[in-house]
Amino acid sequence: MRRFLRSGHDPARERLKRDLFQFNKTVEHGFPHQPSALGFSPCLCILAIGTRSGAVKLYGAPGVEFMGLHRENNAVVQIHFLPGQCQLITLLDDNSLHLWSLKVKGGVSELQEEESFTLRGPPGAAPSATQVTVVLPHSSRELLYLGTESGSVFAVQLPAFRVLDNRTISSDAVLQRLPEEARHRRVFEMVEALQEHPRDPNRILIGYSRGLLVLWDLQAGCVLDHFLSSQQLENVCWQRDGRLIVSCHSDGSYCQWPVSGDTQHPEPLPSCVPYGPFPCKAITKIFWLTTRKGLPFTIFQGGMPRASFGDRHCISVAHDGQQTAFDFTSRVIDFTVLAEADPAAAFDDPYALVVLAEEELVVIDLRAAGWPLVPPPYLASLHCSAITCSHHVSNIPLKLWERIIAAGSRQNAHFSSMEWPIDGGTSLAPAPPQRDLLLTGHEDGSVRFWDASGVCLRLLYRLSTVRVFLTDTDPSGSLHAQGEDEWPPLRKVGSFDPYSDDPRLGIQKIFLCKYSGYLAVAGTAGQVLVLELNDEEAQQVVEQVEADLLQDQEGYRWKGHERLCARPGPVHFEPGFQPFVLVQCQPPAVVTSLALHSEWRLVAFGTSHGFGLFDHQQRRQVFVKCTLHPGDQLALEGPLSRVKSLKKSLRQSFRRMRRSRVSSRKRQPPGLPGEGQEAGAKVERAGLQNMELAPVQRKIEARSAEDSFTGFVRTLYFADTYLRDSSRHCPSLWAGTNGGTVYAFSLRVPPAERRMDEPVRAEQAKEIQLMHRAPVVGIVVLDGRSVPLPEPLEVAHDLSKSPDMQGSHQLLVVSEEQFKVFTLPKVSAKLKLKLTALEGSRVRRVSVAHFGSCRAEGYGEHHLAVLTNLGDIQVVSLPLLKPQVRYSCIRREDVSGIASCVFTKYGQGFYLISPSEFERFSLSTKWLVEPRCLVALAENKKHRPHRNGAGPEKALGRARNSGGQSDGEERRPGPVMEHALLNDERVLKEIQSTLEGGRGSYGDWHSRRVAVGYSLTNGGAE
Amino acid sequence: MNRSHRHGAGSGCLGTMEVKSKFGAEFRRFSLERSKPGKFDEFYGLLQHVHKIPNVDVLIGYADIHGDLLPINNDDNYHKAVSTANPLLRIFIQKKEEADYSAFGTDTLIKKKNVLTNVLRPDNHRKKPHIVISMPQDFRPVSSIIDVDILPETHRRVRLYKYGTEKPLGFYIRDGSSVRVTPHGLEKVPGIFISRLVPGGLAQSTGLLAVNDEVLEVNGIEVSGKSLDQVTDMMIANSRNLIITVRPANQRNNIVRNSRTSGSSGQSLDNSLLGYPQQMEPNFEPEDEDSEEDDIVIEDNGVPQQIPKAVPTTENLESTQIELSFDSGPNGFIPSNEVNLASIASGTNTEFETCASDQKLLEEDGTIITL
Repeated sequence: MRRFLRSGHDPARERLKRDLFQFNKTVEHGFPHQPSALGFSPCLCILAIGTRSGAVKLYGAPGVEFMGLHRENNAVVQIHFLPGQCQLITLLDDNSLHLWSLKVKGGVSELQEEESFTLRGPPGAAPSATQVTVVLPHSSRELLYLGTESGSVFAVQLPAFRVLDNRTISSDAVLQRLPEEARHRRVFEMVEALQEHPRDPNRILIGYSRGLLVLWDLQAGCVLDHFLSSQQLENVCWQRDGRLIVSCHSDGSYCQWPVSGDTQHPEPLPSCVPYGPFPCKAITKIFWLTTRKGLPFTIFQGGMPRASFGDRHCISVAHDGQQTAFDFTSRVIDFTVLAEADPAAAFDDPYALVVLAEEELVVIDLRAAGWPLVPPPYLASLHCSAITCSHHVSNIPLKLWERIIAAGSRQNAHFSSMEWPIDGGTSLAPAPPQRDLLLTGHEDGSVRFWDASGVCLRLLYRLSTVRVFLTDTDPSGSLHAQGEDEWPPLRKVGSFDPYSDDPRLGIQKIFLCKYSGYLAVAGTAGQVLVLELNDEEAQQVVEQVEADLLQDQEGYRWKGHERLCARPGPVHFEPGFQPFVLVQCQPPAVVTSLALHSEWRLVAFGTSHGFGLFDHQQRRQVFVKCTLHPGDQLALEGPLSRVKSLKKSLRQSFRRMRRSRVSSRKRQPPGLPGEGQEAGAKVERAGLQNMELAPVQRKIEARSAEDSFTGFVRTLYFADTYLRDSSRHCPSLWAGTNGGTVYAFSLRVPPAERRMDEPVRAEQAKEIQLMHRAPVVGIVVLDGRSVPLPEPLEVAHDLSKSPDMQGSHQLLVVSEEQFKVFTLPKVSAKLKLKLTALEGSRVRRVSVAHFGSCRAEGYGEHHLAVLTNLGDIQVVSLPLLKPQVRYSCIRREDVSGIASCVFTKYGQGFYLISPSEFERFSLSTKWLVEPRCLVALAENKKHRPHRNGAGPEKALGRARNSGGQSDGEERRPGPVMEHALLNDERVLKEIQSTLEGGRGSYGDWHSRRVAVGYSLTNGGAE
Repeated sequence: MNRSHRHGAGSGCLGTMEVKSKFGAEFRRFSLERSKPGKFDEFYGLLQHVHKIPNVDVLIGYADIHGDLLPINNDDNYHKAVSTANPLLRIFIQKKEEADYSAFGTDTLIKKKNVLTNVLRPDNHRKKPHIVISMPQDFRPVSSIIDVDILPETHRRVRLYKYGTEKPLGFYIRDGSSVRVTPHGLEKVPGIFISRLVPGGLAQSTGLLAVNDEVLEVNGIEVSGKSLDQVTDMMIANSRNLIITVRPANQRNNIVRNSRTSGSSGQSLDNSLLGYPQQMEPNFEPEDEDSEEDDIVIEDNGVPQQIPKAVPTTENLESTQIELSFDSGPNGFIPSNEVNLASIASGTNTEFETCASDQKLLEEDGTIITL
């Protein structure tokens, strides 16, 4: 008791706070948003991904992760590891080159930017002269060859980036050394390809875009050989022994050029158009890989027939008479093939194909028959269907953990059994202290179970609720239904599928009891499913119940979507979580809150109209309570009418925008085109300024009982406490609404032996109206020692001390504006903390967390972790409600990030930084999950990485975080209004495209942001 | 009337005072002991008795020395009426249901004398609607200007009292920019302004707030550096007792201070001479905070009642005492008052996110901690 009662100004308390709280953004889970470049180091066995926002992420063995952020907010265009070194070069779209190193400090490796460089031509040279198109790190480790748009190849010395002018291979020099017959054509355009001879470091192959290939001797400075193709060159590849060159072209063909030692002009083998004879798209990259068995692997990107398959994103693999065109659901950024790393080996013997698509990373096992996929241990595509909600469960019992993994492994039967082939570096992070599950609900009605214990967020199990309902989807997978003779031999791969069949299927709330294996999920159309973990497959009927939340109300008409139609009769379910009860709320509005009590076998659910309690043991509804006030028509009309009004206002804004543009054009004086344009721009700017002057107003009005959506149920909570008198405690259900009302129902749950015989009874015992009427976002009961009551079954499993039922209990009600503690059973106000009145921030998320001390083993305190609408994270003490610490965590403009935040029970948390990435953070000094890893060159290599310097490992994290923030600030334009306008315009355009029926923008981040924001905030009070 | 005035003057004795009371067309005359006028209730009963209207609710007025008709409805104004009557006390009685409230006020009796003008220009008279002013016992504060003594003259601190929901606060705020004097000269800084007043709303009816007034503080918290949405949230959170400090757009109606007395603020820290920009003292009144928040609980009996403040009962007392003994460290004093608790809240924050404005907030009051 005493430990809670120290003042915030007590030095001992200050010391203790330092032992308890600490803020770190530790690791990013998921798939990088907008990847733009791929790199792979065969000797380190590390993969690098660059993004459009200038981030470089390195991945090796599971747990080995690094991240770097360029100071410039430019897209990473190319990544090249320096052969045999722990260094890499990145090329950005501003034509700058950056050298990064993995340096060992304090026992762990760190990624650091060493040097940056921009190629400069002589004064007056065209910018294209130095625009880098190709980068070739030479195997000498000291030189970098840069091919440019002008056709010149520059040599740059590393690590200082010194340009060696005397080694520049200008296009003129090449031209002079060419034989007469090759000279007459305008063969020089930009350099498309630069390849070092696999056996002779003195020779490089230069490919120009018009189709000329030149084999250049670096020592002698002469043309050893040249090959002339009639087609535009896309890329080239050496055979391992250097005897053959394979070039690929813009017409979808590839050619093989034998390289003979002498200067005699070689005859090309006939060119091959794999998907001809009709016009094909370009083959942009090709690999020609030899095998011990003889027949080579040909792996190429693109080349599909232009008319019928031109829109596919394909990579084809051909070997030994087999050919498959892997068809990706998103654009292919780049790919690489994992093969024999030793350059001296005779054959390539490829074993895996690594494809970086826009939305996911796909690895294909080339050794196993049928080329199956390898499940990635990291870089999971969290957003394969948009995330609509998330739920975290800490400290999962081993038994449940194993059962979930077992269920999941059956789903992964079609995957390759290959060990993850990218295994560079060693993870030094300690084994995760406990098993944590992160559950994500998705728009397509699925729930994904992620292992969130450590650095790698790994998919364990996928649950789909679609099977329960009748939908338009064709249940038979049409993907695999393709016949044998189909040409091209397409095969769909990857899990990214942003198209939801029915938005009503979307999952909105999840509640898992880790002790009993009961799971409740609730969705957009008022559906609440109760599921139980079963290790066997089953054929069972899902019992359906309708919960009419408007029981006593008359004359309402729901204008929103219809409820989902359940599949009649027994349904087949695979092993895993199997639904047995379906409660459908009427009207079928989004389920806004959900609670499950596995000990009492009760599930409570709430929507914008009311809440209900269901006994899933007896499969009987206990009661429903309507929270709607009679005047609230808006809540009843459902989400569609809101969309309609949004549409209307959007249309108006478009009209306004168009009008302002038209009028500005009209005013534009006729004149020279250039001048006119400039004037137009000026007028446009003036128009923008005028629009800026139009004030954004905010109405100042007290909340009233007549406001709309006051009946919206925001939180539900089960507690065994003193509700009616101080002598007897009883089960109770608490509900908090958007209008600041708290309802408390006392429950009578029959004892276990008569559980099936007697009904569960409920009676309303209390109703508390907070006069400030702010939405209630959290309810917690504190026991006699002022400790939050334990979870159901926690005590039964000896994982928690039983609550103190001797002392008097207290009720904590958290609204968006205030924290209040009341006494129980007689409700009287005890303490409060006002947040909004003092700071102007509102509570978005609140959760009880246990903070362990990093010094004293076994010492810990329960406090509230709070996220505000400004993106700040605070810890508020229990039971005295004193703010302990505050950190700014999420940018306040990042609405979807704030809406997606979820806290763990031990002071960590997750929020989405993009549709596909969770940032993990920690408020605790004790529970910190972050990558600690070491990357060193293999022992047999002569070149050892120099080990020097020392510094705290945190430097990386800090640099990254600050970088992230500055990056956010840079993106924000100066005047706030202008930003709002630009933002609006962009959002308007996206929404317009959606309204116009284009489903194409589904994968788009911004439109997704709008959608997720809406669904996750549950329509808050905005 | 002049005649009766004169007549009374002649017959006045030293100890008694003549009273002339008019109800409808009837007059009654009687006398009172000037030194012992008694209570208002007795006087009221006496009037009912002399006019023989025992069960009629009436309003009582008197003519003061300036000829104004003023009400008598409590002991204070009754005694005032008696003490100022020289020598005759003229009483006018109206039935409550027929009462003409507009009759009360300054110059009312004098105007009535001017019958001729009313007769000559009857239209003019009729056009003026009678403004109904309720009796003082029905009054409650709607708004006030407070802290006049501690604020610069260019600023105005307005308090809006919101009772129930019958009248909306009724104003809008917007982003804007204002010019500030800083060490680097004049600087344009973003500010929050009142953009619109809703007709009939509380804000408009007080006349103390106007469009384009710059909002400087909300309930003692400076708004500079806060976004429009944050300020909106703060105002709504404080909507039941909203104190806004503004710099009026129209600086001509400022209160010119010549006395240092303050109506509502006990402390008169005058720092208006310290120059500009200025740190204002937030005006926290604990009793307001308490009365402002009356959460309601409906127990099983179904009767809504206000939630009381927890009184430390024997079992609670124990914990409360532990609390206090622990909290009263060398410089950390946690008052049980929640207002101060809230201040501590912001104070605690300053330790982590050193926030100058919060720090200032702490130094303002002896009852709150100084770091």
